[in-house]
Amino acid sequence: MTKLTPVLSAHWDEADSFTIGAYKRHGGYGAVVKALEMEPDAVIQLVKDSGLRGRGGAGFPTGMKWGFIPQGDNKDHYLVVNADESEPGTCKDMPLLMANPHVLIEGIIIASYAIRAGYAFIYIRGEVTHVVRRLQAAIAEAYAAGHLGKNIQGKGYDLELVLHVGAGAYICGEETALLDSLEGFRGQPRLRPPFPAIAGLYAKPTVVNNVESISSVPSIINNGAEWFSAMGTEKSKGYTLYSLSGHVANPGQFEAPLGITLRELLELAGGIRPGHQLKFWTPGGSSTPIFTAEHLDVALDYEGVSAAGSMLGTKALQVFDETTCIVRAVLRWTEFYKHESCGKCTPCREGTWWLVQILRDLEAGIGTAADLDKLLDVVDNIMGRSFCALADGAASPIISSLKYFREEYMQHLTTGGCPFDPVASTVFATAGSR
Amino acid sequence: MAFTTEQLTIMDSIIARYPKSRSAIMPLLHYVQSIDGYVTSTGIEIIAEKLELATAEVTAVSTFYTQYKPEPVGEYHVGVCTNTLCAVMGGDAIFAAVKEHLGIENDGVTADGKVSLEHIECNAACDYAPVVMVNWEFYDNQTVESVKSLVDGARNGNPPAPTRGPKTLRTWKENSAVLAGLSDGLAGEGVSAGEPSKLGLKISRGN
Ligand SMILES: Cc1cc2nc3c(=O)[nH]c(=O)nc-3n(C[C@H](O)[C@H](O)[C@H](O)COP(=O)(O)O)c2cc1C
Ligand code: SF4
Ligand code: FES
Repeated sequence: MTKLTPVLSAHWDEADSFTIGAYKRHGGYGAVVKALEMEPDAVIQLVKDSGLRGRGGAGFPTGMKWGFIPQGDNKDHYLVVNADESEPGTCKDMPLLMANPHVLIEGIIIASYAIRAGYAFIYIRGEVTHVVRRLQAAIAEAYAAGHLGKNIQGKGYDLELVLHVGAGAYICGEETALLDSLEGFRGQPRLRPPFPAIAGLYAKPTVVNNVESISSVPSIINNGAEWFSAMGTEKSKGYTLYSLSGHVANPGQFEAPLGITLRELLELAGGIRPGHQLKFWTPGGSSTPIFTAEHLDVALDYEGVSAAGSMLGTKALQVFDETTCIVRAVLRWTEFYKHESCGKCTPCREGTWWLVQILRDLEAGIGTAADLDKLLDVVDNIMGRSFCALADGAASPIISSLKYFREEYMQHLTTGGCPFDPVASTVFATAGSR
Repeated sequence: MAFTTEQLTIMDSIIARYPKSRSAIMPLLHYVQSIDGYVTSTGIEIIAEKLELATAEVTAVSTFYTQYKPEPVGEYHVGVCTNTLCAVMGGDAIFAAVKEHLGIENDGVTADGKVSLEHIECNAACDYAPVVMVNWEFYDNQTVESVKSLVDGARNGNPPAPTRGPKTLRTWKENSAVLAGLSDGLAGEGVSAGEPSKLGLKISRGN
């Protein structure tokens, strides 16, 4: 009936889904047995053939990334899983790890074996105590069952897995900042090259992958590259988690083939909340340019979203209806970027500060039309001139909102303040005691 | 206060997890917070000594991350998500109401030391907006009234259970120990997933 394809989420409705018992009941740790019987290079080839692309935002082909790790170099190699999940709107990796941590661990063993790593790390954001508990317990279960540690499943392969808990810094999701943080420094991005594949953690060849990317690997080993690539679109293969939040009747997680549209997802989510209409939405978190109702039929795959002027990002669809003030929304995101700017480079550090000042005035109805151009000027000075992609992310909501809603910015100036009632946007306005 | 021998041994075991000792700085800071409640100068000194770093190096790391607190927080540290989506859905109203209810500002602590308050960024739970975290446990789909009774409960020593978390809310210090990597044995408690997380699965099953 639907286009949905639950794989990672297939058993989240079972009370013990996070235990090794439940995972094995559904064939868990079978892929590791298969993979350890293959040559590591064959595992890399299989992942290449599947067409799996990174689910952390940039969509880089996962098998190709693994293939960049130099082999026979007599150096230690590392796998680092990025579980920082802090891009506003993004809420897929945490429920995945809470309900099904073993699928990530199985993926880690296979990926580490493929890139010949003896040590793997999961870097998880620190503000999610119960997810940390679930991962800790799952790792302990995996060690006890002989899936981690020395001579895994009697196959002569050794792997240590360490869970590393962050402490509240969005920038640590950027892979080189993450590596600095994991090495015990302030989490600030590194100059590239060298890329992590050559000099990553402790200056050794390192693969950094998102939670969902690595968690997709066991299903590919189990079912084959063709099974995976039969789902999705021409260049965006497989299934993925789409996260719907905001002014929809039923927000939540939807695992579907790449290329589904917001119109289709909204149908599953019961539509926009009753009595309201779609105004704007982010396709992949706050760093991806916003869309409007005219984009309801854009295929949500890497190419489709790019062609329409945004990015698939983390597939975090934050949906806002007509009660939401665009200036308020953009200001709040911009305050986030200002707060999270690591301060390493001037255009981003100073620029995000200026953007907040101008937007605060605009929201209060202070300023002139020239200030809208000033916003774009400041943005121009940030984009492409900063060290990392955080700055580009900060520019996205501003540029895209001015493209679609310039009138509404102007309305703040002509009426001398915000014309919206914030109460009308809240869930209390519609749902009473929900 | 000086740390006990047992605590120092735990610190050594945290360091032993890593191929290079300096990597242990973050879990060690979480561990210091589990003992002292915040990042004390004693804690900084002990970490510096164990990792053979200058105290200034440890402080530089500690101040970079918002979860490391330079001052004591409450036994129950309340974070209200006011990033755009939660703010719009009611987080701003909740934050304003709780400030007034407790008579404290952002980063404030109640006089009895029970509750502290902070507005936080997106906590990866937007499909449960508006979201409130207490000691970094999820309280989903909150309202002004639910959060007021949540903080009242916390002040009286009987806070309600998290929506997705253990059966009983643990204290700030106890949860800091979990973040330092020490198990409290509670992973088995609580739901596998909340309803929104399971929505797509439910629909695909045809119910
Ligand atoms: C500011 C910033 C924040 C990021 N945050 C995350 C994050 O929380 N999780 C994540 O997986 N990737 C994040 N990324 C992307 C990572 O740098 C990296 O591309 C990704 O982890 C690679 O994994 P993948 O190839 O499996 O997608 C972020 C990037 C930037 C610039
Ligand atoms: S762009 Fe911003 S976040 Fe990135 S390195 Fe520069 S200051 Fe830091
Ligand atoms: S915006 Fe509040 S949890 Fe994402």
